[in-house]
Amino acid sequence: MLFHSILFYVFAAIMFGAALGVVFSRNPVHAVMFLVLTFFNAAVLWLMAEAEFLAIVLVLVYVGAVMVLFLFVVMMLDVDVEASKRGLTRFAPLGIGIALLMVIELIQVIWLRSQISDAPSGFAATPEGYSNTQALGAVLYTEHVYAFEIAAVILLLAIVAAITLTMRKRPGLKVQDIGAQVAVRAKDRVRIVKMDSEKRS
Amino acid sequence: MIGLQHYLVVSAMLFVLSIAGIIVNRRNLILLLMCIELMLLAVNFNFIAFSRYLGDETGQVFVFFILTVAAAEAAIGLAILVVLFRNRRSIAVQELNTLKG
Amino acid sequence: MYTYYLTIVLAPLLAAIVTGLFGQKIGRAGAHWITNVAVGISFVLSMLVLKNMFWGGADAENISVYTWAVTDGLRMEVGFLVDRLTALMMCVVTFVSLMVHIYTIGYMRDDPGYQRFFSYICLFTFSMLMLVMSNNFLQLFFGWEAVGLVSYLLIGFWFKRESAIFANLKAFLVNRVGDFGFILGISGVVMFTGSLDYATVFAGAEGIAAQNIEVISGTPWNAMTVVCILLFIGAMGKSAQAPLHVWLPDSMAGPTPISALIHAATMVTAGIFMVARMSPLFELSTTALGFVIVIGAVTAFFMGLLGIVQNDIKRVIAYSTLSQLGYMTVALGASAYSAAIFHLMTHAFFKALLFLAAGSVIIAMHHEQDIRKMGGIRKYMPITYWTALVGSLALIGFPGSSGFFSKDLLIEAVKESHWHHSTSTGDQFTYWIAYLSVLLGVFVTALYSFRMFFLVFHGEERMDAETKSHLHETPAVVTVPLIMLAIPSAVIGWFTAGPVLFGDYFGDAIQVSHDHDVLAHMGETMWQGSMGLFTHAIVTPVFWLAAAGVASAWYLYLKRPDIPEKIKDRFSAVYNLLDKKYFFDDLYIKGFAAGGRSIGTFLWQKGDEFVIDGMMVNGTARSVGRLAGIMRQIQTGYLYTYAFAMIIGLTMLLGWLIWLR
Repeated sequence: MLFHSILFYVFAAIMFGAALGVVFSRNPVHAVMFLVLTFFNAAVLWLMAEAEFLAIVLVLVYVGAVMVLFLFVVMMLDVDVEASKRGLTRFAPLGIGIALLMVIELIQVIWLRSQISDAPSGFAATPEGYSNTQALGAVLYTEHVYAFEIAAVILLLAIVAAITLTMRKRPGLKVQDIGAQVAVRAKDRVRIVKMDSEKRS
Repeated sequence: MIGLQHYLVVSAMLFVLSIAGIIVNRRNLILLLMCIELMLLAVNFNFIAFSRYLGDETGQVFVFFILTVAAAEAAIGLAILVVLFRNRRSIAVQELNTLKG
Repeated sequence: MYTYYLTIVLAPLLAAIVTGLFGQKIGRAGAHWITNVAVGISFVLSMLVLKNMFWGGADAENISVYTWAVTDGLRMEVGFLVDRLTALMMCVVTFVSLMVHIYTIGYMRDDPGYQRFFSYICLFTFSMLMLVMSNNFLQLFFGWEAVGLVSYLLIGFWFKRESAIFANLKAFLVNRVGDFGFILGISGVVMFTGSLDYATVFAGAEGIAAQNIEVISGTPWNAMTVVCILLFIGAMGKSAQAPLHVWLPDSMAGPTPISALIHAATMVTAGIFMVARMSPLFELSTTALGFVIVIGAVTAFFMGLLGIVQNDIKRVIAYSTLSQLGYMTVALGASAYSAAIFHLMTHAFFKALLFLAAGSVIIAMHHEQDIRKMGGIRKYMPITYWTALVGSLALIGFPGSSGFFSKDLLIEAVKESHWHHSTSTGDQFTYWIAYLSVLLGVFVTALYSFRMFFLVFHGEERMDAETKSHLHETPAVVTVPLIMLAIPSAVIGWFTAGPVLFGDYFGDAIQVSHDHDVLAHMGETMWQGSMGLFTHAIVTPVFWLAAAGVASAWYLYLKRPDIPEKIKDRFSAVYNLLDKKYFFDDLYIKGFAAGGRSIGTFLWQKGDEFVIDGMMVNGTARSVGRLAGIMRQIQTGYLYTYAFAMIIGLTMLLGWLIWLR
């Protein structure tokens, strides 16, 4: 139990430190890296909560795909790193103040109210032979299959939208316009001219 | 003894940190999007914790969908970012002020 | 008789309105004919009323003409109370007014405001008549204020002159101070008797005297004393008693006819008349009478002293008026009301005469008024000279003149009054102040009046050659009123002294309590008829003091004119005190007026501009602007700012839910 707690605290601390790094680091690439670290630690914590499937999915999908995408964009955009070293906004102190206030409020809700109520706070132990993936699959494809299908459609939508947004025509590019080719009419291409034959002289 | 409230506190702190990040961010839009990802992570923590506490798998299903949508949204967001960069040659947040009346 | 009264009052009013509104249309001749005829009618009818009352033995009439308002049981009416006192006043007022009207035809001949002047003096006649004929306090107050208003209009007649405007405002404001006391007195009367009507109030006089009033809580004062003193404060303002006398010398900035009419014969005597009319009230408060007599004594003597150092011919006569009004007030304080009114009557004649004579000299000298630039005018203006001599002799109380009878008997009355015969030291002290003031005042009067006389009409001729060549007697329209005023100044005393003072002329109009009744006492023990008084004159101290005064004036100003200069240098401190008129003007102008103005400026700059305009009006606008300027910065145009705002809102909502519910 104690080991469990220590592990939890350590990973939570690293995660939190990484999150701070995301917000306050100068270099955007560093920021992305820190975010990756955050996700990894989050995955570990989820593992400790016995949500293995989602932990792995987080690492594979989120870190592997989304963060890589982020990295692509960061490196692709020729951002003026020097100029962006100008520091924080003028709302910084106020923002941090509000943030602290909110933390206090939320902790107030969570911790102190929980002392009052007499519901057990710990997690119930999972039964023998419990497989998180299996349990998840059992629910996902039966009760929530409709939402599952819609999620797929959303992904498709995202692909189409991303392409459409960023598509641009470069000038001077020779491409075929199939639609125009198919829609051509004979009389636009060929013109029959009646001419008298001429005597050869 | 790690219990529900530990996870909830972690979630709260992540959430608040991401909000602070949005506010104090002056540099670039990508940071903004990353903070949004952090926020979604915090919410996911919440769901996982409660799902484990209540023994109901629905929470984890929901996390699944949140991940999906987050991925989609990150893609589209970055696409917009790219187009914006093409047009404005800058992604500094301060320069996006044409909404000002 | 009722129609007589109405005509007497309304004829001048009508003439004044017509002349005032249609002055341009009716022209100069029209203006002076209408007003003179109207006042002439009033005079004739007043004489008829007097004749009817005195020789015909008619009773006093108390008529209510018109009820103006009745509120909460208090009746406000217009009415006439015509008794012997009223009849005498009416005759004096209308006679002097008529003389002045005729005189004005000559004096104001070249003035562009000719019709306006006639309208004003006619209006004045109306106001004064309303005052003396009134049968209730409200009408008295109306007349009081109206004469004050017309005095203001007339003193500032030449309104383009700085000195005239200063003087008329000063007169009005100082009068106002007196009127404040007056209206408090009237309020006291209403408070105790619930009525404004003379008859009701006099009937309830005993009741007032029996009560006490606590003006300052914890110190009860006798109600009648308080009321009488307040009423007398009004008289102090109107009749120019010290310390409210400062307006009278300045009022000489107005044309001479009005100095004669208003500030010698009629308006300033309104206060004296009022106290005499209120004799049933004053008799019940010895303290008030003491107050009256002391004020009168101070005025009589000290104002006379100021007359010695004046160099403007009209100012000498003005201070003389102040002094003589003091005499009348002393008589009132000694409960010799009849003597006061008698002196009022004779004074009206000879003082108006002196003013008109001065005006005649001023016309002849082309509006030069400094007596140091006159001298030897006797040769050029004989009629003016002889009438002025008659007036001056009357003023000093030369045996046989009307002034002699009125002044001598006045001083005797003071000597025999209850103040002298009282046993308390306070009363004795008051007596000596009064008696010495009036006695020594005789010397002073003789000195200043003959100083003026000798400097103007005798001695070397100090005017420049230009003026001298134009010097001649003034036209008849100026000199005839002089003659007509000189006649009563000389002779009226002979046959009126006895009946008026000792012959119960006033009847019930003037009530004197028995132990104060000095005149009745004198009538029984000392009065031997006018002839007796005349022959007795040589042995009185009054005669010798007057003779000494005339002799001193002759010596100092004709025989050895260098001595006054030496005296002035020797006693320069005293001279300075007199020259600055005992610093009253300085006190009022630099003290009260400047103080009031500085309070006003302070309230204007700090109170009005700074607090109200600055902070409340502009300040709120500026605060709104400033607040808006701050709030404006929230509208940055950046989405993340708006998001931040939402987060702040969320935090606060959360905080409210958690902590405050």
